[in-house]
Amino acid sequence: MKKLTIITSALLIGTALGGPALAQTELSMWYHGAGNEVEGKLIGQIVSDFNASQSDWTVVVESFPQESYNDSVTAAALAGNLPDILDMDGPNMPNWAWAGYVQPLPIDEAKVASFLPGTKGIWDGQLYSIGLWDAAVALYARKSTLDELGLRVPTLDAPWTGEEFMAALDAAKASGKYEYAFDLGMNDMGEWYPYAFSPFLQSFGGDIVDRSTYKTAEGALNGDAALAFGAWWQKLFAEGYAPGTSESPADQTNGFIDGSFAFQWNGNWRAVATMAEVDDVMFLPAPDFGNGNKIGGGSWQFGVSATSDNPEGAAAFIEFAIQDTYLAAFSDAIGLVPSTPSAAQLTENYKEGGPLAVFFGLSNEQALLRPVTPGYVVQAKVFTKALADIANGADVADTLDAAVDEIDADIQKNDGYGH
Amino acid sequence: MATKLTRSNGAGWAFALPGVFLIAMFIIVPFLFGFWFSLTNQRLVSPNPTQFVGIENYQNLLGLAVITIEPERDDKGQVVRDDKGEIAYPRVRTITRSDAYPQYSGMREWFRWQWGDNANVVIASDVVFMKALANTFIFVLFIVPLQGGGALLLALLINQKLRGINAFRTIYFMPVVISIVVISLLWRFIYDGSDGLLNNILNVLSFGLFQPVDWLGRTDTALGAIIVMSAWQAVGFHMVIWLSGLQTIPPTLYEVAAIEGASGWQTFRYVTWPGLRNTAILVLIVITMQAFALFSQIDVMTKGGPLDATQTLVFQAVERGYGKQDISGGSAISVILFFMVLAISLTQRFLTRERKYG
Amino acid sequence: MAEISSRNRGLRLFARYLVLALVAVVFMFPLVFMVVSSFKPDGQLLADTSSFRAFLPVGDISLDNYRAAFERAPIGQFMFNSVMITMVTVTLSIGICSLAGFSFVFLDWSGRGVILSIVLATLIIPFETIAVPLLLVVSRLPWVGLDGVEWGWLNTYRVQIVPWIVDALTIFLFVQYFKDLPRELIEAARVEGASWLQVYARIVMPLSGPVLATAAILKSLKMYNEQYLWPLIVVQDEAHRPIMVGLGYFFQLNVAWGELMAYLTLISVPVLAFYLFMQRAFIASIASTGVKG
Repeated sequence: MKKLTIITSALLIGTALGGPALAQTELSMWYHGAGNEVEGKLIGQIVSDFNASQSDWTVVVESFPQESYNDSVTAAALAGNLPDILDMDGPNMPNWAWAGYVQPLPIDEAKVASFLPGTKGIWDGQLYSIGLWDAAVALYARKSTLDELGLRVPTLDAPWTGEEFMAALDAAKASGKYEYAFDLGMNDMGEWYPYAFSPFLQSFGGDIVDRSTYKTAEGALNGDAALAFGAWWQKLFAEGYAPGTSESPADQTNGFIDGSFAFQWNGNWRAVATMAEVDDVMFLPAPDFGNGNKIGGGSWQFGVSATSDNPEGAAAFIEFAIQDTYLAAFSDAIGLVPSTPSAAQLTENYKEGGPLAVFFGLSNEQALLRPVTPGYVVQAKVFTKALADIANGADVADTLDAAVDEIDADIQKNDGYGH
Repeated sequence: MATKLTRSNGAGWAFALPGVFLIAMFIIVPFLFGFWFSLTNQRLVSPNPTQFVGIENYQNLLGLAVITIEPERDDKGQVVRDDKGEIAYPRVRTITRSDAYPQYSGMREWFRWQWGDNANVVIASDVVFMKALANTFIFVLFIVPLQGGGALLLALLINQKLRGINAFRTIYFMPVVISIVVISLLWRFIYDGSDGLLNNILNVLSFGLFQPVDWLGRTDTALGAIIVMSAWQAVGFHMVIWLSGLQTIPPTLYEVAAIEGASGWQTFRYVTWPGLRNTAILVLIVITMQAFALFSQIDVMTKGGPLDATQTLVFQAVERGYGKQDISGGSAISVILFFMVLAISLTQRFLTRERKYG
Repeated sequence: MAEISSRNRGLRLFARYLVLALVAVVFMFPLVFMVVSSFKPDGQLLADTSSFRAFLPVGDISLDNYRAAFERAPIGQFMFNSVMITMVTVTLSIGICSLAGFSFVFLDWSGRGVILSIVLATLIIPFETIAVPLLLVVSRLPWVGLDGVEWGWLNTYRVQIVPWIVDALTIFLFVQYFKDLPRELIEAARVEGASWLQVYARIVMPLSGPVLATAAILKSLKMYNEQYLWPLIVVQDEAHRPIMVGLGYFFQLNVAWGELMAYLTLISVPVLAFYLFMQRAFIASIASTGVKG
């Protein structure tokens, strides 16, 4: 044991000598983008600009791999070890606010008035988090595919109806040119499911949970609209329109690009890479199944931890970070939707006439947040399993009933999650 | 056994103490915490105060009932049959979601069998848990002989004096060197349903007759695929244990067997195998324990799907405790797992002990 | 006659090697895939998975993935952390567990049976199921270092080492092995007045080459390859992260498959080298006990 003490102590001393003594107050910040070089550089740039811009605070960033970021934060909260500033995935914010991990953001709401609705994290009437970008999902297609199959180009004002969409899939299937007419990325059984697929359910008229009370999912997730959605969903896989949950990651990445899929439901973070490979790629709005065409909104956002000793410093950094120039820089680098119209005009892809401008419209008009409730974390898991099971052939009504039971039981166990 | 020569309380405690203390501190104490959680409504993330709930978490997991459903009858009292001639039954949800049967509320069908015209349906409070339980047992039943036996064969194969045998020994051990998470990632490519490596190899070997199988996407092959991969990965690990056991067999015994003209099988049966008894117990127990803890493969490859065909207890414990923030429910699963495996290993020990004298 | 029998022997030898080689192919193919893929760009790598090209270094072969992987993650730091944590843990583990095993097998003390049963029962507890309570324990533990007493073990090497030193499997490994050692040797030494420590160090340890090697290999694999969930929740700073947490750096929204394969290949090298080294020790100890195959 003594040897061990010496080793660890020696290392401790080594790290202690590494940092210079600072007069400013240090603010720790956690970010989910470890391993993402582009994001790392941008965040680093913002931080060093901020540190140079004033003399009260020094922000120090620690980056985490995204796939395990939430676990790291939860563990740190349990151990009482949260940083001052942390970023969080939009739909998780209510859970963390409710649990007392984060505090309301002391920023004047007027400063974020022009922000896209999906970039503002509001819980219990207060702003808790704000995002530098939003993400969006679109129907990827080739212009040449639409021409060959004789399909009209859907627009935001006149999207495909559900029937038109299925007719398009039928045409693609009948052409015999594609391995699958449609790809949904079903192997990604994480947050992708509720983010990408629950808008379909909403377009049918259902929802994950009854948003008028947030006390039950009864009727929303197993009513007639949800059953119709479930039947449609099952048909996509049972009749071979789309690959199921066992799809290999290779196909999911390459299938649209190499022409195995006619259409793909995919995020705009893939748009830049796809444009480089497919000349005539088009990003089409979601089809309308009767209750409007919808996509999910809400991406990563910054907030201040409840245990921070310096919330005003944390807020000062966040205010600094949401300048248009940074929003535009992020968008240019990783292809995401900038949070404000003025920032959009500064970007390559989202300015008027830019190749991805359609996504800005998508985010502004179609985007619907995932249920804004602390129970969302559990509801997302239940929803994901239900959709995977239905895709694999489970009885639609039984599966949705079971999902409702589980969600309701969870809400009850948590005393209504503060609603 | 207790002779004066070995009797030594002081030295005995002193030698065992460091190990026992660390195990108590870092395994037993946390486990007791977990046991306590399982009797409360403790959440991973919550501002609500924790309450003692007794055995509620266990009831929610273990609740089982059998209901008998009579077939649907038309106006004349005739049994209604569907297009295929199968008897039509009212849906189970008409009972489990009816206010008339509050005792079955929230339960779901696990499986059913037919008895005369009626159907007997086993409904469970937590069908996913029940399936996880069943799958875990199936996994253990297959993996123990496959991995233990395979490893022994490998150990005997590799325990010969041949030029270059070390190279083979290293190769067989290689999959163990790679983390199971990584192995699972690689095998997702191998098991791919349309143009995966396995389907391609089988296709070539059968001269094109073999039709591609979606190994991880079918309820009847997914668990099997994971069993094969797991056996493949860890067989080298147990080969090493068998090898170290083989070294403890005195060479004189082999010499005697050779002089008496024993065949290869006889040598194995009467010299090698009896000499491996303690090793066999070790291998058997280690494989069983590891098999009950099946998690990483599921997490990377199937997430318990398709249709719960690969749900396992530890995967469910993690999914609930962390994913669904229900640390009390997750803890209850691990406590059940603990006592179940404890019962099994006590039985195992009892049986292996008996054979010694029998 | 002699000619035939030597021909037979040749055939038999050939058959033996054939079996060995076929089995070797079964165990190698995913790893060949891993290594070969690490030299290919993502697009080609994924396209190749559908044919035997997956095993061949053909097409656009380069070291680009390795270069990019080093830029993406501080691989050297991660590998240093993992190797350091593994070495310290394994060394302490072998010492403490073999002492405990020795005590359980050769010494007779009150409570021995009960304690051994409890220790072995902990084999059953999967780590995943105690991670959260263990986190609560270590976040409140004291540590006496050169700077005095500090509370909480988060963000250190020790939190990745100390809880892992002792495990039931390693103790069990020693117990089962010691049971096969001749007891008479020990009793004889005691008659001659050797202390227990001398018996342990001079008689039992020298006879324990195979089990020491086995325990070291198995423990080091566990420490090097399976430390994911634990460091994830107890280590927040990059400087203390081990290699398995580093894996997450390659799972972006678009997985960098080629770089991932390069990373996997790189991190496999030290374990393989360690195994080869231990195998030599292993074989040396086999030779010393004089066992023939």
